Amino acid sequence: MNLKDKLVSSYLAFDDHLEDDSPIHEIRKKAIHTFEEKGFPTKKEEDWKYTSLKSILNKDYSVFPKGDKEVKFKKVRNYFLYDIDSYKLVFIDGVYSSFLSETTHDGLDICLLSAALSKSKYKAVIENYYNKAAAKNSISSLNTAFAREGAYINIPKNKEVEKPIEIINFSTGNESALMVQPRNLIVVGENAHVQIIERHQSLTANPVFTNSVTEIFAEKRAYLDYYKIQNDKENASLIDNTTIHQEQDSNCKVHSFSLGGKLTRNNLNFIQNGEHCESTLKGVTILKDKQHVDHNTLVKHNAPNCESHQDYKGLYADSSTGVFNGKVIVEKQAQKINAFQQNNNILIDDNATVNAKPQLEIFADDVKCSHGCTIGQFDEDALFYLRSRGIGLKEAQALLMYAFANTVLESVKIPELKRRINKLIANKIGVNIGFDI
Amino acid sequence: MAKFTENDLKKDLETKEYEYGFYTDIESETFPIGLNEDIVKAISKKKNEPQWMTDWRLEAFMHWKSMEEPDWANVNYKKPNFQDISYYSAPNSKPKYESIDEVDPELLDTFNRLGISLDEQKKLAGVAVDIVVDSVSVATTFKKTLAEKGIIFCSISEAIQDHPDLVKKYIGTVVPQKDNFYAALNSAVFSDGSFCYIPKGVKCPMELSTYFRINQAGTGQFERTLVIADKESYVSYLEGCTAPSRDENQLHAAVVELIALDNAEIKYSTVQNWYPGNKEGRGGVYNFVTKRGICEKNAKISWTQVETGSAVTWKYPSCILKGDNSIGEFYSIAVTNNFQQADTGTKMIHLGKNTKSTIISKGISAGKSQNSYRGLVKINKNAQNARNFSQCDSLLMGNECGAHTFPYIEAKNKSAQIEHEATTSKIGEDQIFYCNQRGIDTEKAIALIVNGFSKEVLNKLPMEFAVEAQKLLEISLEGSVG
Repeated sequence: MNLKDKLVSSYLAFDDHLEDDSPIHEIRKKAIHTFEEKGFPTKKEEDWKYTSLKSILNKDYSVFPKGDKEVKFKKVRNYFLYDIDSYKLVFIDGVYSSFLSETTHDGLDICLLSAALSKSKYKAVIENYYNKAAAKNSISSLNTAFAREGAYINIPKNKEVEKPIEIINFSTGNESALMVQPRNLIVVGENAHVQIIERHQSLTANPVFTNSVTEIFAEKRAYLDYYKIQNDKENASLIDNTTIHQEQDSNCKVHSFSLGGKLTRNNLNFIQNGEHCESTLKGVTILKDKQHVDHNTLVKHNAPNCESHQDYKGLYADSSTGVFNGKVIVEKQAQKINAFQQNNNILIDDNATVNAKPQLEIFADDVKCSHGCTIGQFDEDALFYLRSRGIGLKEAQALLMYAFANTVLESVKIPELKRRINKLIANKIGVNIGFDI
Repeated sequence: MAKFTENDLKKDLETKEYEYGFYTDIESETFPIGLNEDIVKAISKKKNEPQWMTDWRLEAFMHWKSMEEPDWANVNYKKPNFQDISYYSAPNSKPKYESIDEVDPELLDTFNRLGISLDEQKKLAGVAVDIVVDSVSVATTFKKTLAEKGIIFCSISEAIQDHPDLVKKYIGTVVPQKDNFYAALNSAVFSDGSFCYIPKGVKCPMELSTYFRINQAGTGQFERTLVIADKESYVSYLEGCTAPSRDENQLHAAVVELIALDNAEIKYSTVQNWYPGNKEGRGGVYNFVTKRGICEKNAKISWTQVETGSAVTWKYPSCILKGDNSIGEFYSIAVTNNFQQADTGTKMIHLGKNTKSTIISKGISAGKSQNSYRGLVKINKNAQNARNFSQCDSLLMGNECGAHTFPYIEAKNKSAQIEHEATTSKIGEDQIFYCNQRGIDTEKAIALIVNGFSKEVLNKLPMEFAVEAQKLLEISLEGSVG
């Protein structure tokens, strides 16, 4: 039985256990219908032209893991930002772990989506926001049909969250192959500020397929700073679907660090609905072996006087493949838009591939939009300069790589996180230099 | 004198008629509408073609029947009914002319009105012209002068008769019959076109030019151009097109194949000014064209195009850089106004080592038009040290038009160096103010800025065409700034 059929039939079993009257039930039914109709995307679809899911769909994933596995904090300490205080939402094989988590209801809600979906006091928020931002394509619909658990974060008006929030999804390898579908709903109220770090981590080499959906709503003057750390094991694959709706004067930033995993696909959508919004999308991708990362971004400018900045850097070694598919749409009414998109790639080895498709679709005339895309290699002169000063080839290359990626790193606002990412990058490149220059 | 305002300008533009929109009443022989195997055979028979050519057409027709019309382009139009078109129309049934003097005076008059005086050109010894009306080549000038150098420049039907080995060897090698829907259609029903062969080591002493004109109603034009530049040769080739103003949408599906052998250079320039439809978006030509060239070692192909006409344009002149050190260039200005839609760009396929490509594309959209750049730069695994530079700039005039960029960049070799940049902007108020301040009125200022914007491409055109292109730009755009 292929994965699609398995999922569709699993849904029937799952559906039997659901309460009939919940409004979510209707949403689920519609979603599974969409998925059944369209199935998993194939390379024939323009949006998936450069990414084939074939290699991850052939496994026999268990869709409803038992989730009775405990994880010792000592074992996973390194995956947390342990040197600073933070709120934590930890899920093990898709199930909430109260032991590792630190939630709150004190003036703001940092808790579980399952609670928000079932308790009546959250009903208004759920009705207002749930599934309103998520794309209605087959892969997001698949998540919508099965989604049970994830983070629910609701920051009220004028609240500045004093410490970062970490959302971490562990998979234990308890099952021989696991499919998880976390679902996050984040509402940042008027003039509220929040920093969020998201991470998916498998603890063994068993295959994991994560299909995650995150919906974010940034109200007027809201400020959101979101970091995605993607440094998973070699058999873990991730499809991340994140949609952010922005209201007037809001400022949202997403940084993606794609260093690990077998296949990673980031569908990152920004929808600007109010004036004077600012959106920032940045990413560093460093790959080797047969890794594949596909950044698919969309910035939709629906209102005038807004800005968007995109900056994606990629370094590809061995037989790895990098894809950048960025789209900026400026609607007719969205005059005075500044939209910038930058994508730079370095190919390190002969078998590495880069496919880029930076697109602009512009319907308003008073705009400044540009995109730049380059593919190249290390500057021989710069390498020579460093080596003539006694720096080894590997270190010299590492320094250049770091400098190349620095435009993204420099805007990381949490110092501890920045240090951590520097270390991850140094590990990935295989050098032992501290980059905290 | 009352002040000339932008509104006046806008009105001026809207009322400006397509000046090549007349229809010439020439006796002509037109096939009944519809497309089937018999029509394909009949066209082939009409042309007195050898059996291999008929078979080649039928093979293409078989492929075409199994293909679907592509709809990935960023254009919307009512799909033509392929059974509603006549696939062959010839100005009259007389055999081909020996000299210009025998040409129907009415036809000559047509060309005078188009600004191409055959007589004059003969005297000026400037450009050798092959003229294709509807489906048939009606006149080729300077044949004799060219023949002295060994250059073959004639209609493709003549080439099939007189130089079958050359045609047989090269036709369909760059654009195969089943390449795409329109190429397959063209391969099945093409009625004429130009053929050009430059022998080894010959630099063609003059510009070669083809002028295409759709005249009859209810016909489609399907011409096929084949240019072969043998080793160490050089040719510059020009192509121009016009059509009468009609309420119906006429179909133009051409195929152009360029073959540049070792060290050869082909420069191919197009000024495309098919009827764009009226200002409500009615009528106009559907321009679905497949153009592709192949470069052998050290060869160079340069495409230059000025696209101002057609209701819908779907056109991607491409270069396959097969030989080492070969060079591909693409310079384009695409102007759309009113309800025109253009989806155009190029493909640069790098296969050989040290291959270089340059893409400069300028899109100008005004009125309610949509203008898209779609391009592919592909560096294959064995293309060491490939280099590409692409620049796509779009200029928007008015807030009802759209400009879109869809570049595809695929690199599979680490030594590749690719740069792509694209900008979209409008003519700045400060730029116009600057000009006004210096006594240049708004209309002239816009012309000046647009000209500057397009300069990089205009400069690449041969002189005769550059003047025409500049004029065209002004006609298409004057006053469309809102």
